Parts: sequence; structure tokens; C-alpha cells
Amino acid sequence: MSPMPYYVSPEQLMKDRADYARKGIARGKSIIAVECDEGILIVAENPSATLHKVSEIYDRIAFAAVGKYNEFENFRIAGVRLADLRGYAYDREDVSGRAIANAYAQTLGAIFTEQMKPYEVELLVAQVGSSQETDEMYRVMYDGSVSDEQGFMAMGGHAEALANDLQQGYRQQIGIGDAFTLAAKALAAADSGRTLTPANLEVAALERHRPRRTFRRYSDEEVGELLAQGS
Amino acid sequence: MSELPIDWTKAAFSSDANPSFNDFVQRTAPVLLPQVTPGAGGMPEQPHGTTILALTYADGVIIAGDRRATSGYSIADRKIEKVFPADDYSAVAIAGAAGPAIDMVKLFRTELEHYEKVEGERLSLEGKANKLASMIKMNLPFAMQGFLVVPLFAGYDERRQAGRIFRYDGIGGRYEESDYHADGSGGMHARGSLKGRWRRGLNREDAVLTAVEALFDAAEEDVATGGPDLIRNIYPVVATVTAEGYRRVDDDEVGRAVDGAIADRREREERNR
Repeated sequence: MSPMPYYVSPEQLMKDRADYARKGIARGKSIIAVECDEGILIVAENPSATLHKVSEIYDRIAFAAVGKYNEFENFRIAGVRLADLRGYAYDREDVSGRAIANAYAQTLGAIFTEQMKPYEVELLVAQVGSSQETDEMYRVMYDGSVSDEQGFMAMGGHAEALANDLQQGYRQQIGIGDAFTLAAKALAAADSGRTLTPANLEVAALERHRPRRTFRRYSDEEVGELLAQGS
Repeated sequence: MSELPIDWTKAAFSSDANPSFNDFVQRTAPVLLPQVTPGAGGMPEQPHGTTILALTYADGVIIAGDRRATSGYSIADRKIEKVFPADDYSAVAIAGAAGPAIDMVKLFRTELEHYEKVEGERLSLEGKANKLASMIKMNLPFAMQGFLVVPLFAGYDERRQAGRIFRYDGIGGRYEESDYHADGSGGMHARGSLKGRWRRGLNREDAVLTAVEALFDAAEEDVATGGPDLIRNIYPVVATVTAEGYRRVDDDEVGRAVDGAIADRREREERNR
């Protein structure tokens, strides 16, 4: 007969797991997303050119994640699968970011309550609309809670400081160039004035006026130009 | 027989690394794929797409199709489209049973896009051509019942920097053509026409004209192939795939090529009178 485990109250258990996940996420690099005139811009700190943190899910939907790569990569692929399956079964118009965010929330919620170790990830599902008023951004937390973000959002390390900086400089109908400068300044300030280079940034956008697939990755040259414009 | 539907969300989160959309649908929602009903008896009448062709030219490859679908001796559709972009750098044209063919194109396009998103890069042109072959093989039970689908695949090979053409037989055999090919009921006549007109390194204008002439020749010999409809301004669909990607040639340009072909034919008739 195995010995009785020590009793741990559910409150304590959940709190410990939440602390563990939160710490893991806060140690990592950060991502900023900004709704602007031309679409939704996503800027990630990422030294790797091939292990992406920002990706295409569907025509108007993008995915971004902070935390452990092996854990969120599975979510990215699941998002692509769900979106493609829905689009194939119904129509391309019937694929929504909200449905994907819900699927993420359900799965992360189940992992958080059922498994010993929670996932150390935070996800963003962004969906560009025909105008800025119809843009949607969903933040999905490690425990499966979802929030609807307006205008801009930051996640990962220094998330609060970043959000404060963005709040200062953000305005409706901000141009994509200004949005990039705002995001880059916040990232540099949060990391005590570190210089940003195209090699340590990953930039992509959902471009509102593109037909069909709106997701576009920025090349290193483009990121370099944007950085030069902002300084 | 029928199994309970599988939870899509659960299936999507399975940790296998298979980047194939087709395999995922087969596992998760097989009802979305074509179903074989054994012993279905007589074939219902259904629309058939007819003549399609592709030819290489200086910048890449041209792919084109007439606009007619027939059902027995009736015209089922006078403005059907048989040429589709498969992804940014390739195109597929269809001949045979129109409904299953359009479904096959939809699955093929999703398959390519799915792979590209999951893996972060496009399949090679050769890989795409093989994928289409496997889809034709999947269709074999239907082909046996009369729903034969014969596509033509053409694309720009970014590694070789050249246009390439792949043709197929009804059971998934895949053959590369270096110069040109035509398929469907008027394919034989279009091939004859292309044989006479095609030259290596044609410029764009001549290549579009060559495609239009070949479809015209096919329409003159084959009842199931539609010629240009000058009353309703319905012209063949012609598209180019080059280093710049897939572009449909606009109706004005195709219209000018059609006008040129008509003038040419009229003159020939006059001369022979």
C-alpha cells in the first residue's frame, strides 16, 4: 500500500502552478502587437531566424506566442489544422479567430487543471478586419483564461512596463511605421536600452487590404529600414 | 458502419508531425472526403469539363482551358472555369467529371497551403506534382465508376528558374512534358495545333496567341469544346506562372488574341475560295 500523500488544498495547488507558469513566462522574451491603419503589426524579440514566434494561421488570422517553444509549437500547428479544416468543411469566410482562441483556451485550461506541470506559454490570436474597428485580438493565458484586447497588447517578459509605454504613445489610426517605432522603443526601453537589430527581431503583419492571405513576414532589410526610420 | 464524429479540437492537438491536410481530414472528418458507394448501379448524368492545355514560354508557363462543360449531348455550362491557381507559383487545370475535379482542386489547394503554413516553406514543384498524383490515385474507385478526373499541372520551379508541365493519366501516373501538353476531349486536336505552332522561347504575346489558337482548333473539331463566345464575350481562361507567380491574363488581352485568331482564319478562308 502506498503511503497517503500530504494534503494540499486546491487553492494552494492552483496558486503554486500559476506562480510557476507566470515566472516561466516572465523570464522569456516579449512580443508586442498593435492594431494600426494598415492592419495588425506584430513585433517579437527573437534571435532565431527559423524558429518562429509569429505565424500565419489563416487568411486573416495570425498566431504569436511567448514561453516555451516546444509547448506553443503544438498550439500553432493545431490552430492551422483547425482553421484549414473549418475552411474546407464550410467556407473560407467561416474561419474565425474567436473559434481558434476558444480551442486554445479549452486545451490550456484542461492542461492546467489535469497535469502536474502547467504549460509556460501565453498566446495571441489576432484577426484583421476590414477596418480597425473590426480588428480582434485575443490573449490566451497559461490557465486557459481569455481576454479580448483593444488597440495594442504586450506579453512575455516586462509585459506591464511594455503595456505602459504603449499606452503613452498609442493612438487610433496610427500608421504602421509609427506603430513599429513605438513597439521598438518600448522593447528597447524595457530591456534597459538594448539596441535592436533586424537579427534579434521577428516582424510580421496582417495587411488589411491584401486579398485572401493577409499575413506577411518582413525581411531583415525591411526591418532594418523601419529601425532606421524610427531612430 | 458509421462511427461517432471525432472531436476536431482534440484531433487538431494530436502531437504527430504529419504536415498533410489530407491525412488529417481522413483521420478526423472522413465524411468530408469523397465517399464510395459500392454497387451504385447506373451512372447519373453529370457535367464534364473538356479541353485544357499548358505550354512553356520564355518567362515560364502558360496554362489555359475552354469554358464549356457538357452533360451527354447538352451544354451544362457555357462559362465554367477549369484553370485554378494551386498556390502562388503553380496552377492546375481540370478535365473530366467537373464536380469531383473541382473538389479535388479544393483539396489540393488546401493541402499545399497547409503544408506551407505548418512547415514554414512551400513544397518543391516536384513535391506538389507528386501530391496531385496521389490524389488522383485516391480517386481511382470513382474513376472506375466513370467519374474520371484528369488534371494538368504547371508551375514555375523556383530552384530551376523555369516553367514545368506535368500531365497525368486517370489512375495517377505522372509524366513530365518539357514543351506543351493538352488534355480532355479536344486534347488531341489541341496537341496537333500546338505541335505546329509551339516554338522554344516564345514571347508572352505569341504564347497567349498559341494557347488561344490551339483551343480554337480543338473547338472546331470537337463538339464538347467551346469556342470563344463573341455574343456574351466569354473567352478561354488563360493564366501565366512565372517568377512573379500566378497571374490570370485579363479578358481584354485574351480578347485581342481571339480577335487576331479570327481575323487570321477569315483571311485564310478568303484566300482559299
